[in-house]
Formats: sequence, structure tokens, C-alpha cells
Amino acid sequence: MGDLSFAAVLSAFWLTIQLALFSAVGALVLGTIIAVMRVSPVRVLQMLGTWYVNTFRNTPLTLLMVFGILGATYTLGINLAPSSINDNNFRWAVVMLSVYHAAFVCEALRSGVNTVPAGQAEAARAMGLTFGQTMSQVILPQAFRGAIAPLGSTLIALIKNTTVAAVIGNQEAAGLMSETVENQGSSIGIFLIFALGFVILTLPLGLLFTSMSRRLVVKR
Amino acid sequence: MTEPLVVLKGVNKHFGDLHVLKDIDLTIGKGEVVVVIGPSGSGKSTLCRTINRLETFESGSIEIDGKPLPEEGKALAALRADVGMVFQSFNLFAHKTILENVTLGPIKARGVKKADAEKRAMELLERVGVAHQAQKYPAQLSGGQQQRVAIARSLAMDPKVMLFDEPTSALDPEMINEVLDVMTSLAKSGMTMVVVTHEMGFARRAANRVVFMADGQIVEEAAPETFFTNPTSDRAKDFLGKILTH
Repeated sequence: MGDLSFAAVLSAFWLTIQLALFSAVGALVLGTIIAVMRVSPVRVLQMLGTWYVNTFRNTPLTLLMVFGILGATYTLGINLAPSSINDNNFRWAVVMLSVYHAAFVCEALRSGVNTVPAGQAEAARAMGLTFGQTMSQVILPQAFRGAIAPLGSTLIALIKNTTVAAVIGNQEAAGLMSETVENQGSSIGIFLIFALGFVILTLPLGLLFTSMSRRLVVKR
Repeated sequence: MTEPLVVLKGVNKHFGDLHVLKDIDLTIGKGEVVVVIGPSGSGKSTLCRTINRLETFESGSIEIDGKPLPEEGKALAALRADVGMVFQSFNLFAHKTILENVTLGPIKARGVKKADAEKRAMELLERVGVAHQAQKYPAQLSGGQQQRVAIARSLAMDPKVMLFDEPTSALDPEMINEVLDVMTSLAKSGMTMVVVTHEMGFARRAANRVVFMADGQIVEEAAPETFFTNPTSDRAKDFLGKILTH
């Protein structure tokens, strides 16, 4: 195993976790906004939402990552952390992971909205709630609970997709793995260590989301 | 008639090629109970839903308490707060408790304090006989109980008028009466009501006026006794002949 220390692996996975946490929050917030736009009665917002999903769902994440550095930082001069190259890389990675997965969160949520009977929104509107209140009080709480399983899948995909952040110099798990392989040659052992790390992160989450989707289902 | 509360003038609506509301003129006075009956597809539910703009209409005008229906936005929401609606399928919020269902409107649309809203909600739930279920979720209640909660939910907004869109059509026969009883006592208390229903007994007992619709038109309007014993139009005679002979 050469120089690959336990501490290095841990700190690499800590960066993976940080990337995943920040991006998950970003994707959830952004994805919810896009989903509300897509189900709103305003045609312009609907079209914007549809455009967003079609654009970012169909662009490779690697491309977005590279754009964050080569396009945004160097060509357009949008540096998110002028004093630190590493911080800039990390922040762009979070932005791109958020932007990319927001499209999937939006579609998961929209499938959740479809599980809410039309009568729920009608009742809310009929009692005088505005569109925003109808969404936040009646539709979204039920939509989230109806979309827990696909949201869980999106989160797991996001955690694994943090590895793409390595292409813009983030020393998270995949970054450390490729560096180790470069310095010491590849071995099944190294591969297994990192694979195990991801299994530890994602497998319990999958179980958790499955049980949550069963417990939180809205009974009708 | 008392002072007019809901006034429809020349209302027209199409679903695609289907002309579902044809030049509807209808005036409902304060405190009046109007029952709308008619065969399936006659447009009576659409009429009911048009009054609070759950359905749009193409031409004509609808005024509630002297004010024309706003087209959209906050003004429409404010108007809807004054118009209670009870649906065929109850439409209680499935993720909220019975108490939360009744307090949501007053808190969010009227800005009532939570404690005050809850106190009033419990009184209303008491009135419709489901106070002991306040902490349960809608799916745990029977259909009749859910519909009574839905009535309490509408009442919590202190509406000027209440619309009932076939409130007993989705209920098991033994639960229909418990809902009709609540509606009858509501009618007696002076609430202005528009009720789309097939319950002829309720129409006779509680209505001031029966409006008979067929093919998107109001064919006949009369006091219940007059309408049921001596309908003037052939369409109404035919309809009553089919339902009253059983």
C-alpha cells in the first residue's frame, strides 16, 4: 500500500462529504425553485424551468466542472476565492454539482407533485390561499413525501458524482486515488479501499431513504 | 328576495367544442339556499365551480357582494376567502391533522393568531360533531366525518356564501344523512348556500329555491314544492319522472 495513509484517505473522504453536503443543499434549494417554476401557471417561468432542466440534465458534469475553471474563472474572470486556488476549485465544484443535480431534483419533485391529487390544490385555492401558500403549505410537503425515493437516488448519484470534482484539482477521494495510482502504480487494494469508502457513504443512505419513503408516505 | 349577494349575468363557458354554460343568469340573495339539480353533464357542477373561479368563463359577469370576480392574483385569493367551498371528494389536506385542516385558512389567508384559530376550530368541529377526532389525519376518518370536517374548514373562514359541489355523492348511504343534517342546520342558521346535489329530500326540506339545469342552461327556477309537484318544462318533468318513480 506504500504511502497511502489512513489519515490521507480520511481527509480525502472528508472533502468528498463536504462537497456532497454543500451541493446537496444547493441542489435541493435550486431544484425546488425550478420545480415550482415548472408547475406555476406563468408560461414564461414554465419555459425557463423547462429550458433549465433540458440544458443541465443533458450537459456532461465534467464539461460543467471544466467550464467552472477554464471558462468562468480564467476567461470570464469569475473567481470565487481569489486568495486560494483550492477554495476556488472547491466552490466551483459545489456550484456545478448543485446546478447539475438541481435538474434531477426538479424532475424528482415534479413526479412527487403528480402524486398529489388535483383536489388538494383546488381546496387550498378555494379557501383563499395564494399560489405561494398553496405550494408551501399543501403541495410541496406532500410532493416531497411522495418523491423521497427518487430524491434519495439523486442524492446517492450526487455523492458518487463528487468524484468528477477531481478533474478541476479537488483532492477528494477520486483525486487522492488517481494521485496514489500515479505515484505507486495501480493495485486492486487501492481500488477496493476507495470503493469501500463510497459504499460506506451511500449504502446506509439508500436504506434510510427506502425506510423513510415507506414511513412518510401520505395516507389517502 | 333579500339583497342580492351573488349575481351571474350572461355567463358563457366552453370545454373545447362543448358549450357547458349557456347565458346563465342567476341571482342569489343573502341568506338564501339555492339547490341546483339536473342530469349529469348539465353543467351544474361547472356553474358551482365558476362562482369562485375554479373554472374560468369566457363572457358575462359574476359579482359577489357587489364586487366583480377578480381574474387572478391576490385579489382573487381574497375573494375566495369569502366564498366557502365543499367538494364531492372532501379534499381535506392529507398531510395535516383535522385541526390543522381547519386552522390553515384562518392563519394563512386571514392572519388570525394560531391560538385563536384553534379555539374557533374546536368550536366548529364540536358543532359538526367531530371534535374528538381533532388530532387524527383525514385518512383515519370515515367519509361522512371527513365531509363534516370539510364543512367546518369552510366555516372557519366566516364565508359570505358557501358552495357545495355534490357533497354527498361520494358517501356511503348511511353517511349521507349525517352530512345533510349539518347542512340543514347551516341553512336554518341563515347561511347563504348554493348546493349542487341529487338529494331531493334535502332540496324540499332546506331550499328556498330550486334551479333546474339541463344542457348548460337554466331551464326552470321555482320554490321546491312548486318545482317537485308541478314542474312546467318538459325537460324537468322527464327528469323528475325518472328519479321520483323509484
